[in-house]
Amino acid sequence: MAIRSVASRRTLSSLKESSSKLLGLRGIQTFTLPDLPYDYSALEPAISGEIMQIHHQKHHQTYVTNYNNALEQLDQAVNKGDASTVVKLHSAIKFNGGGHVNHSIFWKNLAPVNQGGGEPPKGALGGAIDTHFGSLEGLVKKMSAEGAALQGSGWVWLGLDKELKKLVVDTTANQDPLVTKGGSLVPLVGIDVWEHAYYLQYKNVRPDYLKNVWKVINWKYASEVYESECK
Amino acid sequence: YPLDALEPHMSKQTLEFHWGKHHRAYVDNLKKQVLGSELEGKPLEHIIQNTYNNGDLLPPFNNAAQAWNHEFFWESMKPGGGGKPSGELLALLERDFTSYEKFYDEFNAAAATQFGAGWAWLAYADNKLKVVKTPNAVNPLVLGSFPLLTIDVWEHAYYLDFQNRRPDYIKTFMNNLVSWEAVSSRLEAAKAASS
Repeated sequence: MAIRSVASRRTLSSLKESSSKLLGLRGIQTFTLPDLPYDYSALEPAISGEIMQIHHQKHHQTYVTNYNNALEQLDQAVNKGDASTVVKLHSAIKFNGGGHVNHSIFWKNLAPVNQGGGEPPKGALGGAIDTHFGSLEGLVKKMSAEGAALQGSGWVWLGLDKELKKLVVDTTANQDPLVTKGGSLVPLVGIDVWEHAYYLQYKNVRPDYLKNVWKVINWKYASEVYESECK
Repeated sequence: YPLDALEPHMSKQTLEFHWGKHHRAYVDNLKKQVLGSELEGKPLEHIIQNTYNNGDLLPPFNNAAQAWNHEFFWESMKPGGGGKPSGELLALLERDFTSYEKFYDEFNAAAATQFGAGWAWLAYADNKLKVVKTPNAVNPLVLGSFPLLTIDVWEHAYYLDFQNRRPDYIKTFMNNLVSWEAVSSRLEAAKAASS
């Protein structure tokens, strides 16, 4: 009897979940925090478990929550024809939606060493990096320099310009996604240089974070994205 | 005040890094940047106004403005600070914000909603007090008003003590750290300068 009531409780709660998703479907699709494909401590010593946990559970979760709130407000404003509220919501959507988009990519850009983290890219992406930057070291040096020089908060990116068919290194401010720097830009690798990404471990020494983060960069994922975009 | 004087509200460790590393680096890097240029030897505020360049920032701006902002920030706090202001400052806050509580909420909101790195300010212009928030290194000097109070909301200002909990940091600053004496004397100076 106890087992039956547990089962019915779970069914009830999953009904509630899918009905709220249905309500969401009537207007908008809402978002949830993606799980990490590795433990919080798996990227040590390059990135501490403490940072990974707070970064994921607090910062990224907050972007997701606030993005969903902004989307619901947007939905209401759109339905009411309230144009000035729609426009007013754009910065909240850009901040929080951008934060969700960027961090979702970031978790895939990282991998523990025993899952290929730090292993140099081979195949098409490896060749393209050598062509455009001379070598992987050349790319790493450029991205680390631009990441270190970024004032305030933002990201440094390796991107593919689909139109020009070339790799680019660029930075974005705050949580602006790479696409805000060019509609044909596809992010391959993004490195978060907001202070929350490294402060507890590296304090003010952002260059040390940038030196070490390459040891856990997941080039396999970047290669997959590159190859699928090049088709 | 000594680096541990603001504990437990702002830790000694935070001051060691924030003042000892971040602020020091802005000063040292600015000195290197202006060496041999026409800005060398000029007052800090002159360099700030010059390099702001109407928002199209010249390279020394970040270091210069951040050097100024941080000195202003340290002086905006004191051990045993917080509480409510009094005298003319309180009267003007009540006049321009309806009540001290409304000012408190507006200052809090500005500090909490400055996205990314930046600062929140109480400033004085045209005989009025207002709350302003600025990104990165920008400060009210380049926006034409007199800064009276600031809180640093770059993550390095609060991350060791509060991690992601910026609202808790802001409340702690307002309740326990603000030096209303400093704000009042800056208000006097601002009024004198504008008359």
